[in-house]
Amino acid sequence: MARPPLTLDRLAERYGPHLNTAPPGGWDDESQRPAQKLVKTHCCFCGQQCGIQLKVRDNQVIGFEPWEDFPFNRGMLCPKGVRRYLQGNHPDRLLQPLLRADDGFRGATWDEALDFTARRLREVQERHGKDAVAVYGGASLTSEKSYLVGKFARVALGTRHVDYNGRLCMVSAGTAYKATFGVDRSPNPWSDIPKAQVVLVAGANVAECAPITTDYLWRMRDAGGKLILVDPRMTPISRNADLYLPVRPGTDVALFSGLLHVVLRDGLHDREFLADHTTGFDAVAAAVEAWDPRRTAELTGVPPEAIEKAARWFAEADRAIAMHARGIEHHSKGVENCLGLINLCLATGNIGREGAGCMMITGQGNGQGGREHGQKCDQLPGQRSISDPAAREHVARVWNVPAEQIPQAGYSAVEIMEAIHRGEIKALLSICFNPLVSLPDSAYTREALDKLEFFGVVDFFLSETAHHADVVLAGSLQEEEEGIVCSAEGRVIHIRQAVTPPADARNDWWIYVELARRLGQAERFPYREPREIFDELREASRGGPADYAGITYERIDQEQGLFWPCPSEDHPGTPRLFEGGRFFHDDGRAHMQVAEYRESGDPCDAEFPLFLTTGRVVSHYLSGTQTRRIGPLVAQYPEPRVELHPRLALQHGIASDDWVTVTTRRTVLTAQALVVRTIRPDTVFVPYHWPGERSANQLTHRTLDPRSKIPEFKVSACRIEKAASAPAWAVQSLPAGASQKAPARR
Amino acid sequence: MSEYGFFVDPSRCIGCESCVNACAECETHRGHSMIHLDFLDRRETIATVPMVCMHCDDPTCAQVCPADAIKKGEDGIVQSALKPRCIACSNCVLACPFGVPKVMVKQEQMMKCDMCYDRTSVGKRPMCATVCPSQALAYLPKDLIQIGRRETPVHSFRFGRQAVTTRVAVMAPVGRTEISLDVADYLWEQP
Repeated sequence: MARPPLTLDRLAERYGPHLNTAPPGGWDDESQRPAQKLVKTHCCFCGQQCGIQLKVRDNQVIGFEPWEDFPFNRGMLCPKGVRRYLQGNHPDRLLQPLLRADDGFRGATWDEALDFTARRLREVQERHGKDAVAVYGGASLTSEKSYLVGKFARVALGTRHVDYNGRLCMVSAGTAYKATFGVDRSPNPWSDIPKAQVVLVAGANVAECAPITTDYLWRMRDAGGKLILVDPRMTPISRNADLYLPVRPGTDVALFSGLLHVVLRDGLHDREFLADHTTGFDAVAAAVEAWDPRRTAELTGVPPEAIEKAARWFAEADRAIAMHARGIEHHSKGVENCLGLINLCLATGNIGREGAGCMMITGQGNGQGGREHGQKCDQLPGQRSISDPAAREHVARVWNVPAEQIPQAGYSAVEIMEAIHRGEIKALLSICFNPLVSLPDSAYTREALDKLEFFGVVDFFLSETAHHADVVLAGSLQEEEEGIVCSAEGRVIHIRQAVTPPADARNDWWIYVELARRLGQAERFPYREPREIFDELREASRGGPADYAGITYERIDQEQGLFWPCPSEDHPGTPRLFEGGRFFHDDGRAHMQVAEYRESGDPCDAEFPLFLTTGRVVSHYLSGTQTRRIGPLVAQYPEPRVELHPRLALQHGIASDDWVTVTTRRTVLTAQALVVRTIRPDTVFVPYHWPGERSANQLTHRTLDPRSKIPEFKVSACRIEKAASAPAWAVQSLPAGASQKAPARR
Repeated sequence: MSEYGFFVDPSRCIGCESCVNACAECETHRGHSMIHLDFLDRRETIATVPMVCMHCDDPTCAQVCPADAIKKGEDGIVQSALKPRCIACSNCVLACPFGVPKVMVKQEQMMKCDMCYDRTSVGKRPMCATVCPSQALAYLPKDLIQIGRRETPVHSFRFGRQAVTTRVAVMAPVGRTEISLDVADYLWEQP
C-alpha cells in the first residue's frame, strides 16, 4: 500500500514546500563576493526556453544575468526566469535517496535504493507480467533524458506502458498537426510573428504563460498589424487586442467553423492553394456550411458582427497567423479545436510563408523535444510511429534488440492512472511528474496511488505525489546536467551544466543507467555522459520526421540553436516548415480534416449551471513543485483565487476577498473571490498550481479527447456559493513568509 | 546610433512583475525593489502601470529635501538620498509627483531607482528594461523608439500648476507633447 507514511502536515514540516527568499549566503554577503563564472544556458521553466546566464560561485547558482545575444528573448525574462535561481541551494532539496520507513522516510545509500528499486520492479513483473509496470516521464527533462526514459521502459523493463506529462499539454495540437501536416511542430519560427498583418490568438494566456511572446505580438502591432483574441477571459494581452471574441468555454471549434463559413461564403478562400496543396477541402467546406454567423453566435456567445469582422480581417490579410495553446486544446474535442484553426489557415493559404501560419505555443520547457524521442506511449525516437514496421526496424537496430521485442503502444498518462486504479498496473516509476496535482479528479489519483504495490520516484524536491513513494531517488535540477531541449519554435538548444548535484543527489541519466544495469541491460545502456546518449538519439532519429542527425552540441553553440529537421551536418536546419506548400505526408499535401462540434464531457445543467475553467498565473509553473518553493514568486500569487464576474458575484452576494465555494460533480473547493469584469459572467476561473484542498484539479473531470487522450481541464460544470467561513487549509499554518490572504489588488 | 533613452509605455504592460523582481537583484540595493507596479483597478480592467524614476530635470524630491541629501549627477541621474545626510523625513516621498521614492525604515534612508547606475555606467542596459517581456520598460537608442513604435515619447508633464520635464519618457499617442493631470479634476469622484 503506497500511502503517505506520515500525516501531510508532518511531511510538509520536513520536506516543504518552504520558501527560499535569498541567494546563498543572503543578500548582503552575496554583494561582497562576485560570481566566479557566468554560464550561458536556458530557463528551466516554460517552452519559450529563454536564454539566461547563471551566476555561479563555489558550485552554487547565486543569481542571473540577462543573455542579450540570444536571439529569441534578447535578454527578456519573466518573473519565473528572474527568480528561478532560488530553487538551487534550497532547504527542501533532496540530498540522498529516501526509503519509506515506519515513521516517514529514511536516508539510504544509492546501492540500497537502486537495488531495492530494481528488485521490486522485477518482482512485480515476474508475478504480474511485464506490462504490470508503468513508467512516467516528463516534458521538463532534456531530450537525452526523455529518450532514455522511453528506451528504459521498452528495453530495460520491456513494458509497453510509458507516457509523460506532455499528455496534459501538447497532444491535442500534436495529433491535429500530425493528421493534417504529417508532422508535430509549430511550422513557423517566432520571428515570423511581427511580420504578420493579422494574428489571431485563441485560448492562449500569452502574457502569463508565454510572457516573452507578448513582445512579438506588440511588435506585430507596432508594424500596423491587428490582434484578434479568442478567450473567455480578458487576459493581459487583451489590453491591445483590436478585436476580442469572448468565446463560451467549450465552443471553440464552432467559432472556427463560423469563421471559415464566412470566408467561404464571401469567396475569400485561396482556391489555387487548396487545389494544389491540400486534400479533403470539400468535406471541410460542407461541414462548416451550417455554421452561419447567427447559429455560431448563439452557441459561442460571440456576436455575429465580431465573427464577420474577424473572418474578413484574417482572410483579407496577405499574411495571417493563428496561434493557440491549452485554452483550445484541454478539451474532449481538443483535436477538433486545433483542426478548426488549421483549416482556417489552410483555406486562406496562410501556411509555409514568412508571417503566415498556424502556430501552437508549446507549454513545457522541453514540451517539443520531450515528445519527439520516445517517452510518448505511441512513438519511437524521431517522432516515429511505434506501429510502423520500418520505424521499429530502424530503432531496433540502434538499440541492438530484435524489432519484435519493442513493445507496441501502451496506455497514455491518464489511462495509466486508471489502469493502476483498477489493479491492472501494479508498479510505477515516475520522474518529472506530479500527477496528484496535475491530473484531473485528484481524489481518484490519490486512490490509485494508494493501490500501487511499488512506487518509485526520481525527483529533486519531495512532490505531493512522491509522498506516496516507496523509494525516492534524489535526482538533479535542470542546471545540474548537460543536454539539449527543443523550444516552442522548433529550435534545438543547449542546456549547459552550471553546477554538479549537491551532496548525494545524482544526475537523472545516471540513475536510469544504474537501474538498467541492475535489470541486466548494462550493455544497452553504456553511457558515461549525456553526449553519448545524444549521439545515439541522433542515430535513432535519423530519417524520421524529427530528424536530429545533423545536430551537434557544437553546432548549436555556434549557430544559436538549430531548427529540426536537420538530417546532416552540412544541413542548415529548417526554421520554417512547409515552404512552397510541401507537407510531410507522402503525397506532399496537407490533409484537411473535418472538425465537428460536440458537447463537453461534463455538461452544464440546472444543478451545475456555470463553467469552471482552469489555468495558470504568471508567477507559478505547472504543479508548483518548484515555484511554490520560491519566496518572491509565492508572494506574487500566494494562493488560488476564484475569478468571477461582478454580475455573478452580485447574484450570490459575493465581494472580492470573500470565501467562495465552487462545487462540481466531483467535490468542492473553497478559496477567496477575485471579482473582475474581465471574465464571462457564466464562467469562473481557478488556477491549478496548488495541492490538496487548494487544488483546482479536485474539481476537474477525467473525460479525455478520444484521439489525443488529453483531459478536459478547460470545461467543468460547476455552481458557486458564498462560504460561511474560511476553509480548513486557510486556517492551518502556512509556510513561513506566505501571507494568509492574497493581496487584494490581484 | 543615437543616445540611449529610457521609455515607459504603460499600454504595453502585462503586469507580470518581472521588472519588480529583477530590480531586487540589482547589486546596489540587493533584495529591495525600487519599481512600483500598479494594478489600476483590477475589478474593471487588467490594466497595469510600471513606474520607475523619471529623473526630472529639476527634481521635486531634491527641492523639498530639508537635508540637501538628494543629488542629480552630471549625467542627469537623480540618485538615492546620501546616507550621511538623509533624515528619512519622507518629504520626497510625499512630494514626488510620480510617487517614486521609498523610505527604507531600517536604513533610515530614502532609496529610489537610479536607472541601474552600476549597469548603465558600464554600457549595460538597466535590469528592468532588459528583462521586461513586453518592453513596456525599454532602454533603446532614441531614434529607434521613434521609428519602431506607434506611440511617441513625451518628456513634459503638468500636475496642476507644476510643470515637470524629465529625462525618462512616457509613450503617448502621436501628437501629444505634454501629459497633464490635475488632481483637483478627480476630487469629485466617488470611491
